Amino acid sequence: MTVMTILQAVTAALDQELKRDKAVLVMGEDVGRNGGVFRATDGLWKKYGGKRVVDTPLCESGIVATAIGMAVVGLKPVCEIQFSGFIYDAFEHLASHAARVRHRSMGAFSCPLVVRSPYGGGIRALEHHSESMESIYVHTPGLKVVIPSTPYDAKGLLAAAIRDPDPVVFLEPKRIYRSVKQEVPDDDFVLPLGKAKVVQSGSQVTVVSYGATMKTVREAVIGLDVSCELIDLRTLWPLDEATLLDSVRKTGRCVVVHEAARTLGMGAEVVAVINEKAIYDLESPVVRVTGYDTPIPYYQLENNYIPSKERIKDAVNRVLKG
Amino acid sequence: MKKTIKQFKVEYVQVLDEKGKVDSKLDPKLSVSELKALYKKMHLIRQYDRKGLALQRTGKTGTYVQYTGQEAGEVALTHCLKKGDWFFPGYRETGALIALGVPISKLLLYWAGDERGMNLHSDVRVFPIAIPVGSQTPHCTGAGWALKLQGKKNAAIVTFGDGATSRGDFHSGLNFAGVYSTNSVFFCQNNQFAISTARARQTMAETIAQKGIAYGVDSVQVDGNDILGLVSVIGSALKKARAGKGPTLIEAFTYRMCDHTTSDDAKKYRDPKDLKVWAVRDPLLRFQKYLKGRKLWSESWEKKLESEHAVLIDQEVKKWEEIGKPPIDQIFAHVFAESIPQFDEQLEDAKRFLK
Ligand SMILES: Cc1ncc(C[n+]2csc(CCOP(=O)(O)OP(=O)(O)O)c2C)c(N)n1
Repeated sequence: MTVMTILQAVTAALDQELKRDKAVLVMGEDVGRNGGVFRATDGLWKKYGGKRVVDTPLCESGIVATAIGMAVVGLKPVCEIQFSGFIYDAFEHLASHAARVRHRSMGAFSCPLVVRSPYGGGIRALEHHSESMESIYVHTPGLKVVIPSTPYDAKGLLAAAIRDPDPVVFLEPKRIYRSVKQEVPDDDFVLPLGKAKVVQSGSQVTVVSYGATMKTVREAVIGLDVSCELIDLRTLWPLDEATLLDSVRKTGRCVVVHEAARTLGMGAEVVAVINEKAIYDLESPVVRVTGYDTPIPYYQLENNYIPSKERIKDAVNRVLKG
Repeated sequence: MKKTIKQFKVEYVQVLDEKGKVDSKLDPKLSVSELKALYKKMHLIRQYDRKGLALQRTGKTGTYVQYTGQEAGEVALTHCLKKGDWFFPGYRETGALIALGVPISKLLLYWAGDERGMNLHSDVRVFPIAIPVGSQTPHCTGAGWALKLQGKKNAAIVTFGDGATSRGDFHSGLNFAGVYSTNSVFFCQNNQFAISTARARQTMAETIAQKGIAYGVDSVQVDGNDILGLVSVIGSALKKARAGKGPTLIEAFTYRMCDHTTSDDAKKYRDPKDLKVWAVRDPLLRFQKYLKGRKLWSESWEKKLESEHAVLIDQEVKKWEEIGKPPIDQIFAHVFAESIPQFDEQLEDAKRFLK
């Protein structure tokens, strides 16, 4: 066991998989010599060389599209997109190709690639460095979408994503890259994709979140006079409906928290699933605590946009009264 | 049969060399007041760059993007712009914006995370700074195309780095510009690095300029630390564009004398020896030598500029500090021309949690 940050856990997972499987390679802007702008690939270039830890030209579509070609031919590329706000010109290749290779070749080909990217606000960054656009990947049939909130999950889920036979978008909560520390096994391990985690059990309100706001949720419920059951989705797609519904059937109340914009966010999907499958178990309407339907503001106002502890507490109290 | 059907050449322009000597055949013969104004602006923006860095280091602003080493290109391009022209800046253009007359206090709002710093009204129409690398390139094509369709005697110019030329937007921008012969100028500050990626690993093309040739766009490489060469090359490209005679790609060959941004540490990937090589080619130093030779520069003028600029910068910093935090409703302002009902509810929510 080693105490690690999320960032170090990402590096550890990459290291583990590079060591384990010769087909794995890491590619992206500044991931080699520089070790990544957040240092997520620190030391790997020295250890595995420039053919397996590759500094690419500056071109997101080039990174993802060439990775698709590599994946189809038998490699397992792990692409880094420096910030998720710069992924858009690669989106064509994610949506039109990576997500559909298996289906449109009727299983003849597959596309086992991972696209890693830091997402989310709260680090006083420049414009386009703070978005939470996870919904667009969830809404793209054929992509799996993973967002860890702890170092343990980051290592286990990234390793699983790399071994997965299908394309996985792995979004990393950069606000808590260094602020969450935890013991992580040094040994080779993976965690299953598609499984949510009950982080804390409780009886009165289910609070659902993932990624950076999961940390805010944990802190918000400390000292609250309400028995909260906390669910970390971990994998956004495929969604673990069973864990979610079991909890809501027990508590009868639910709050969903994410910093992505409200409309068509993950919260909307959670509410819809509850509505379809557990509405008669509800004691009150599900409440969403989310970013607003605007671009995330430049940093002076970003903390008014990102769900705060106060907004989460308020929602828990409201859903309890409702 | 086999024959050569196409060959190409790339011209390199240098008017003012490292020693401050001018190539008299190429001298744009600027007036004394123009020469002094150019030096003054380069001096101001270099001095400001140090302040910009200091303000970030003391936590007063967020990430800042320095441009030290690239002042000649920044000042030259603003010198050549005219009322009614359009400018599409990238993030390394604080110097150009200051030289264009955008108040420093406004730019500080931007670097300190406040949208009010992005409304850059001036005689030259300035588009908000583009952060996604090179995405502004085809916008300049479109603007130059529109100016042409509208029959205006104006041009659009865009700045970007060497790394930006690897993106699809560079391709679409230049290809459309060639096809529609737009009133556009593409100004690439090839500062030899895209964060840690050295120019030689960005593309196997030997120059950035030759990429333009593939699109049928006139292309040239110019010494990026030579203010006189830059003024003449950018000046004639803009003139040509304004006259509707088509686009130009200009590669300014320069060097980033600073870290990529305040979040970067260039020591991790750069040989410090290169800095020494490039220090000798410094754009201010050689211009100073030239002006001194013509008795247009003196120690006392230098001192005077330094204190004048210190006063100006301090005043602007003070002005910026007095502006204060943006109001909460700024989050919802200007998303659409007319607000939407959802925003009323969401603004109410944001207000309830104001501390
Ligand atoms: C589309 C996109 N990808 C990645 C980034 C992150 N990034 C910011 S600047 C930069 C390097 C740009 O290099 P270059 O175009 O040479 O210009 P320079 O910064 O050297 O002026 C990178 C990779 C970004 N802002 N936009």
